[in-house]
Amino acid sequence: MCSTRWSTRECACGDAREPATSTVHPGALQVTWLMRLRSDAAAVIGLLVITATVLTAVFAPILSPADPIKNQLLERLTPPMWVAGGTARHPLGTDTLGRDVTSRLLYGARVSLVVGVSAVVIAGLVGVVLGLLAGYYRGWLDDVLMRIGDVQLAFPVLVLAIALLAVAGASLLTVVLVLGVTGWITYARIVRGETLSLAARDFVEAARAMGAPDRHVIWRHIVPNVLPPVTVVATFSVARVVIAEASLSFLGLGIPPPAPSWGAMLDEGRNYLTTGWWLALFPGLAILFLVLGINLVGDWLRDALDPRLERGM
Amino acid sequence: MRSFLFRRLLHAVFVIWGVVTVVFFLVRATGDPAAFLVDQTATQEEIAHMRRMLGLDRPLLAQYADFLAAIPRGDFGTSLREKRPAMPMVLEHLWPATVELSAAALLLSTLLAIPLGVISATRRNRAADHVSRIASLLLQSMPSFWLGLMLILLFAVELGGLLPAYGSGSLRHLILPAVTLAAAPLAQNVRLIRSGMLEVLQQDYVRTARAKGVLERGVIYRHALRNAAIPVITVAGLSLGFMLSGTVVIETVFSWPGMGRLIVQAVPGRDFPVIQAGVFVFAVIFVVINLLVDVLYTVVDPRVRLR
Repeated sequence: MCSTRWSTRECACGDAREPATSTVHPGALQVTWLMRLRSDAAAVIGLLVITATVLTAVFAPILSPADPIKNQLLERLTPPMWVAGGTARHPLGTDTLGRDVTSRLLYGARVSLVVGVSAVVIAGLVGVVLGLLAGYYRGWLDDVLMRIGDVQLAFPVLVLAIALLAVAGASLLTVVLVLGVTGWITYARIVRGETLSLAARDFVEAARAMGAPDRHVIWRHIVPNVLPPVTVVATFSVARVVIAEASLSFLGLGIPPPAPSWGAMLDEGRNYLTTGWWLALFPGLAILFLVLGINLVGDWLRDALDPRLERGM
Repeated sequence: MRSFLFRRLLHAVFVIWGVVTVVFFLVRATGDPAAFLVDQTATQEEIAHMRRMLGLDRPLLAQYADFLAAIPRGDFGTSLREKRPAMPMVLEHLWPATVELSAAALLLSTLLAIPLGVISATRRNRAADHVSRIASLLLQSMPSFWLGLMLILLFAVELGGLLPAYGSGSLRHLILPAVTLAAAPLAQNVRLIRSGMLEVLQQDYVRTARAKGVLERGVIYRHALRNAAIPVITVAGLSLGFMLSGTVVIETVFSWPGMGRLIVQAVPGRDFPVIQAGVFVFAVIFVVINLLVDVLYTVVDPRVRLR
């Protein structure tokens, strides 16, 4: 990798690593990652929770005891199996239309994961590209982007999302797009800041002095160094988007029924707190477990990849 | 200081202009409110008449120019639903309901966080620290509206109506929504104070204070906490913005008659003036808080100079 024409000794994969930024050395990082992972029980739990959720989502059709959207009005509001009146056919009970709660939870994992990951990928791609351009070229583009970001940050996120969804109409795609579009600024700001400081560093100036085109400098010298903080932020963002999707669905503005979404299930459950407590309890626990898993992995990634980011932020 | 304030004020005006502009065009893209305001049997002519009455038949840019010109007077038009001026309506929901709720949540999340964070840091890796860290992690990982539902389930349903689940008007009504809104920022503040304290407690001036015989309590609260508080001010500022956003959902859960719920209800009803006035107020509060946070820095940390 370092044998390209414009590489300098302090290129992204070089061995002269600077202490201030976590310059990437793939092999060494892998070893420390694994070592840290083994010594961090919380991260292992987090990874297990995420893996379990992904498997649940993938194998939902096999694992589900019943059809998640089929109404069975005769069995409506059946309690969980360990409560009097419950049945093993519906381990976690049924909802107000007699649909199996377990099956809806399993399928709901698909919605949360698809929305969480795709919205973050969209926000990340847009934010990283714009942040790189703003930080590297500065000038008017930088000014315009950062001012747009200031305006967006002064908007209550949910109100912006609600208004956008009212324009676009609620569907899986629009929810993903809206949550993606509203999230780009975090990445753009971080990447811009990193790029500004990296662009002034010796190894970048050396590459430029040797005539490397901008594209090469950005791709080879800047991108590898902004990826660690971006990975950390992206991980936490997945957790945030999962909650945002649930909030929108809870307000009746997310994924339209009858598709099972954990947030929409909570919305249905809140009117039956006295007669069907399980309707509000289990979807919330599902969200809690997934988000907790992601946060635990995020904490570990932050410590491993980007020690400068403060714990607790 | 004066030039700093001037530049920040200019910036604030720009941000607010940006927000009202976006919201003006965004709500107009959501559809025609005239069709909502006439009954379902209305003819095209009746809808067109309604549109003319609301001034919605005029060119968009002319509407926009009027809209901007009226803002300095606080005139955001008349609510399409309630037929009364939108701004007073929004302000009625802001004060006291939303302010009460956010202020209570901010107090809870900041004041509780200080002792909890200090205990966690001074008893690092002991039982109290573990409990506080696990609790923080859990609180930060759950959707606040679900926490609200569970609190209702516990205090209003299971415990036989110990605390009311809905409505407002008394301190008892405020407890559940305020606790719900405070939970996530509290958890974040505890983690921040803990990490700030751990760092500060290793500094030379703390060692000096201990060496010259300052009592441990004095070391912690006079010397260390003041320095560990800087990130908390930023986060308290940010979390107030976050809380305002959170009121949108929490007010819905608890039927709290605040501004967030007003806006959520105005969006599907296409009540443009109310949405515009509400988002304007949100943006003003957010911008003012950010400005205050920057000024507060200099009070807490004299090393920070405003430029």
